[in-house]
Amino acid sequence: MIAVKSTERHRRQLHPAALRVMHWVNALAMIVLIGSGWKIYNDDVLIGWLHFPEWMVIGVWAQHALQWHFLAMWILMLNGICYLVYGFASGRFRRKLVPIWPSAVLAEMRAALRLKLAHDDIRHYNAVQKLLYAGVIVVIVVQVLSGWAIWKPMQLSELTRLFYDFQGARLVHFLGMVAIVGFLVVHVVLALLVPKTIAAMITGGPPEHDEPAAAAPLATPAE
Amino acid sequence: MIRTPSPSLFRPKNGVDQSALKQHGQLVKDINRRNLLRGTVSLGALTMLTGCSVSDANAVQSVLRAVSAFNDKVQELLFRPNHLAPTFSEDQVIKPPRFNAYYDIMDVKPVDGRNWKLELAGRIENKTPWTAEQIYALPEEEWITRHICVEGWDYIGQWSGPSLRKFLERIGADTKAKYISFICADNYTETLDMATALHPQTILATKYAKAPITDPFGFPLRLRAPTKLGFKSAKWITAMEVTNTFKETFWSKQGFNWFAGI
Repeated sequence: MIAVKSTERHRRQLHPAALRVMHWVNALAMIVLIGSGWKIYNDDVLIGWLHFPEWMVIGVWAQHALQWHFLAMWILMLNGICYLVYGFASGRFRRKLVPIWPSAVLAEMRAALRLKLAHDDIRHYNAVQKLLYAGVIVVIVVQVLSGWAIWKPMQLSELTRLFYDFQGARLVHFLGMVAIVGFLVVHVVLALLVPKTIAAMITGGPPEHDEPAAAAPLATPAE
Repeated sequence: MIRTPSPSLFRPKNGVDQSALKQHGQLVKDINRRNLLRGTVSLGALTMLTGCSVSDANAVQSVLRAVSAFNDKVQELLFRPNHLAPTFSEDQVIKPPRFNAYYDIMDVKPVDGRNWKLELAGRIENKTPWTAEQIYALPEEEWITRHICVEGWDYIGQWSGPSLRKFLERIGADTKAKYISFICADNYTETLDMATALHPQTILATKYAKAPITDPFGFPLRLRAPTKLGFKSAKWITAMEVTNTFKETFWSKQGFNWFAGI
């Protein structure tokens, strides 16, 4: 029994099926939210010169953008809750995203800028990756909160107060979008530079751990 | 005593013209057939995101409207009947308030207050119309609250006038009914849920910053509901019906969320 369990653990893929589904559902919901959010933004801009061109927004008129936004928000939230529960319960966050040492982040950022960042082993996240992934999770959580503060500034007036006021919540929501779009650009560019990461997010990728024989010739029999 | 049932102000005067239905019978059948596909399209709709005009396609629009109707229900559950919208001090009030309508401020057609009447219909005991003079003589309540537009802008406004709840009680309205529908002088229509109508800050506004409201802002009578997006606060109200029958509104027909709570 113990041996079977152990083998299963070793056979677990880098990205289990549940995680892959959640990743792509999130990607789709996020793109709909960003595109429709840009259209909604255009009706009353926060920055005078910034209008999002019609070809890059979702929704012919503001009401259509609102309809898309208020559909995709449920998908993002439900999917996000599943992801957070999964991440904590399965230990994935603990294994993959921590610890994040500032010294390692700086060193690896320097290496990345000189295009010398090692990425032979896609199972191992470097410190910059960890920071980006953990960071974008936090940003999306704040984005959901500022979204609720904008949607319900009277019913949830206590929440909106945390963002100073309605316009404060709008500003935080806008900056959250900027952070997420920034992440998305970096994330997609890096994934395209190392295409096997994209394949792994579709097929599951290599086993998360090396086969016992290869990884640890002197594996303790107790396990 | 049995009251003569008064015909609804909202009922079309000449009944429904059946000829159009006969002429387009086949199309109506097709549309119903299309409805069968609605259930299958929800996830498919998302994958069809190849162009922005997709929002206009019938099947997609029916899915999005179903979600919007679901969001109406969620908002009804979120509504806190006794939770007050935050209030502000007089020196924060913007004068005049910001104008918005489905047309430009230059196209506002002023309402003559002397001939104006508020007509009442539906589940109301005393349906005698009210003159502006009578309404302006009622006790007033004043609230300085934030007005938030669906477009994203907001301002702090100081509105006063009779409490809608007290007005409904005075005319013997059935406050167990589901909706209150409004018709306006500019053919705008609006429907409020009863819970919002009975909210302590919902008023029939007659004044702004202590002076009678001016033409662009709804003279002689408008609604002011701080727990709703701005467009729910109908201006230039001419008729009001208490009803259990849901009526789509000027903006909900065009795809905006009906409940529009904030």
